[in-house]
Amino acid sequence: MASIFQTIGAATSLSSSIDTNTSRRSLSERKASFVVVRSDAAKINTRLNRIGGRIDHLITNAVATKADTSAASTASKPGHEVLLFEALKEGLEEEMDRDARVCVMGEDVGHYGGSYKVTKGLAPKFGDLRVLDTPIAENAFTGMGIGAAMMGLRPIIEGMNMGFLLLAFNQISNNCGMLHYTSGGQFKIPVVIRGPGGVGRQLGAEHSQRLESYFQSIPGIQMVACSTPYNAKGLMKAAIRSDNPVILFEHVLLYNLKETIPDEEYVLNLEEAEMVRPGQHVTILTYSRMRYHVMQAAKTLVNKGYDPEVIDIRSLKPFDLHTIGNSVKKTHRVLIVEECMRTGGIGASLTAAINENFQDYLDAPIVCLSSQDVPTPYAGTLEEWTVVQPPQIVAAVEQLCQ
Amino acid sequence: MALAHRSSGLLKPLSTASSSSFLHRRPYSTDDTTTITVETSVPFTGHNCETPSRSVDTNPKELMTFFTDMALMRRMEIAADSLYKSKLIRGFCHLYDGQEAVSIGMEAAITKKDCIITAYRDHCLFLGRGGTLLESFAELMGRTAGCSNGKGGSMHFYKKEACFFGGHGIVGAQVPLGCGLAFAQKYRKEGHVTFTMYGDGAANQGQLFEALNMAALWDLPAILVCENNHYGMGTAEWRAAKSPAYYKRGDYVPGLKVDGMDAFAVKQACKFAKEHVLKNGPIILEMDTYRYHGHSMSDPGSTYRTRDEISGVRQERDPIERIRKLILAHDLATEKELKDIEKQARKEVDEAIAKAKESPMPDEPELFTNVYRKGFGVESFGADRKELRTTLP
Repeated sequence: MASIFQTIGAATSLSSSIDTNTSRRSLSERKASFVVVRSDAAKINTRLNRIGGRIDHLITNAVATKADTSAASTASKPGHEVLLFEALKEGLEEEMDRDARVCVMGEDVGHYGGSYKVTKGLAPKFGDLRVLDTPIAENAFTGMGIGAAMMGLRPIIEGMNMGFLLLAFNQISNNCGMLHYTSGGQFKIPVVIRGPGGVGRQLGAEHSQRLESYFQSIPGIQMVACSTPYNAKGLMKAAIRSDNPVILFEHVLLYNLKETIPDEEYVLNLEEAEMVRPGQHVTILTYSRMRYHVMQAAKTLVNKGYDPEVIDIRSLKPFDLHTIGNSVKKTHRVLIVEECMRTGGIGASLTAAINENFQDYLDAPIVCLSSQDVPTPYAGTLEEWTVVQPPQIVAAVEQLCQ
Repeated sequence: MALAHRSSGLLKPLSTASSSSFLHRRPYSTDDTTTITVETSVPFTGHNCETPSRSVDTNPKELMTFFTDMALMRRMEIAADSLYKSKLIRGFCHLYDGQEAVSIGMEAAITKKDCIITAYRDHCLFLGRGGTLLESFAELMGRTAGCSNGKGGSMHFYKKEACFFGGHGIVGAQVPLGCGLAFAQKYRKEGHVTFTMYGDGAANQGQLFEALNMAALWDLPAILVCENNHYGMGTAEWRAAKSPAYYKRGDYVPGLKVDGMDAFAVKQACKFAKEHVLKNGPIILEMDTYRYHGHSMSDPGSTYRTRDEISGVRQERDPIERIRKLILAHDLATEKELKDIEKQARKEVDEAIAKAKESPMPDEPELFTNVYRKGFGVESFGADRKELRTTLP
């Protein structure tokens, strides 16, 4: 079985790719370079990550050297086929087996098995206390999860729909994000807040919300968005192992995606973006469901003679400016395709970040395609027009590459 | 003096002021074998539960400790008042004087493994949990020697080793956190309890009832303590709550109403609550207490209540006076000795303030520490991420 070796540049190059005019004297340059290894025979070292040390057992997703279709995971031939929600469940179950402090709490996660079956079968296995069915009280059970985390547990808080977490915004913003800071480092909050969001199939305005934009300014949290079964499992495991609060955004329409994932254990890097399709002409940055719209558009674009580079940014906070920067330096054109709202969305922040850091490398202004600033309508046709569709992406690339 | 033969021969000579915490000195009576029985001021009122007895056992050592500690707390709050007025403490400063008995009584009934979480009126609770004066004053003045390195401020005192979880600015948000602490205690089967404290203003928050429902549903060892000082900032309790009987608000959760100005009543109630909760699930304690200062330093405290009311409470129900009378009645110390203790407290507080003033303000790099926990190598500098350094493993 072929192992794929890829050395992704040293972190020292990070500072050269970012236009810094002031140097930060307090931090020394980190010279961590790492080797990405995909090997099926190796036993994965499940040592706990030491603070500040290299995480040698992380196996990140290797760069796809061939332009695949949607699934970018270079799955080896043995492996097992799973749906995305099963991948999430596997990740969750493995972590709960590994560490007794990991517990899940949310509405209908226990006996019902989870509204999207992510926690199916876990309650009979781990018991009612570890897979806790909560009453419908988002504010209180999110606060409860954070309090439990202060005491040393590692809870995973599930919002049945991301939109419901708006009720828990105070707890997420003030307590989850800030307690590590305001206590001077005494408490860590290793929670994972996860749930499905995004525009589904005619679910209505209140159940089609994209909360990435609201949470992105909260200091102290990390946000990741999964898009394939491979990265869903890897990110779930990484989020659980992280000592920081992580918000894991899933998408309602992606739960039934099928993919073959490796049998052996793997954990992905929370702050890294995924190269879906390398290319030369334009960098398309996307995440979550829009990745599939982009790949669909990419097929059309390839037929028309363009060579887009598609990157699934995965890490919404902080952005992986290293990968993005390298891509921008290569292609000099950026298109951002997101499902977030136009105003104040992830795309808006990403545009600002790229403009500031890679100004000199851009040949054209950054184009950002996002959802319309409207509550998502119920009618099917209207709902389609709210989000970005592949023809729009194709048109935008053609415009950009003129 | 006549004192020498009164307490059973364990009288220590007055030593010169030590720089270590005053709480270790017992200059007058270290006797903890003689039992003194004290009656609480009023009987307890219960809701769906039996009330504990009015008679509380104590000993001279405990009485003297109560007096010393409360005097220190009172002095600290008054010093914080003058520091605020001289603009060394900025922002919000919520003072606890008048309510010291709640902290002292609670500490006497529990261990340092039991958790306490409270809102923003947290200075004295921090002290009661073992925090030092230096840490308190330094934090109030925003210096690095503070308990949160100067980055939290008055409303964010924490002490992890003593299971003191703060220190929260948003009214009522600490109650679900407290239930989470209790959840973790139940998860780990440790046999400890959590005291989740809130005020009469927070008692009307929805998240409190959500948390109470969950605590009762899963029998979490959570004791909800309502420190009812009768005013939610400027609004009296009868203007904010249809039912100001906060101990009854739990409905299916039992409650106990306690005179919060009587340290022994508080001690008895907390002891009772701890035993109850480990068997039967949550309980609500309503501490009937009073704050002399306004809600915070920007509130004079006299626009919504009369000065007569404040001085009336101070004369009749002051917690320190009550202990003083008890000590004098049982002849454990003379008036002068008690005054000396208060003077000593004042001295300690002044020393701590002087030392805290010497502590430096945090440097600029401190702005970015403790935003994330290291381990995944993320350090972000500035909102514009111009200085982002991500060490990818």
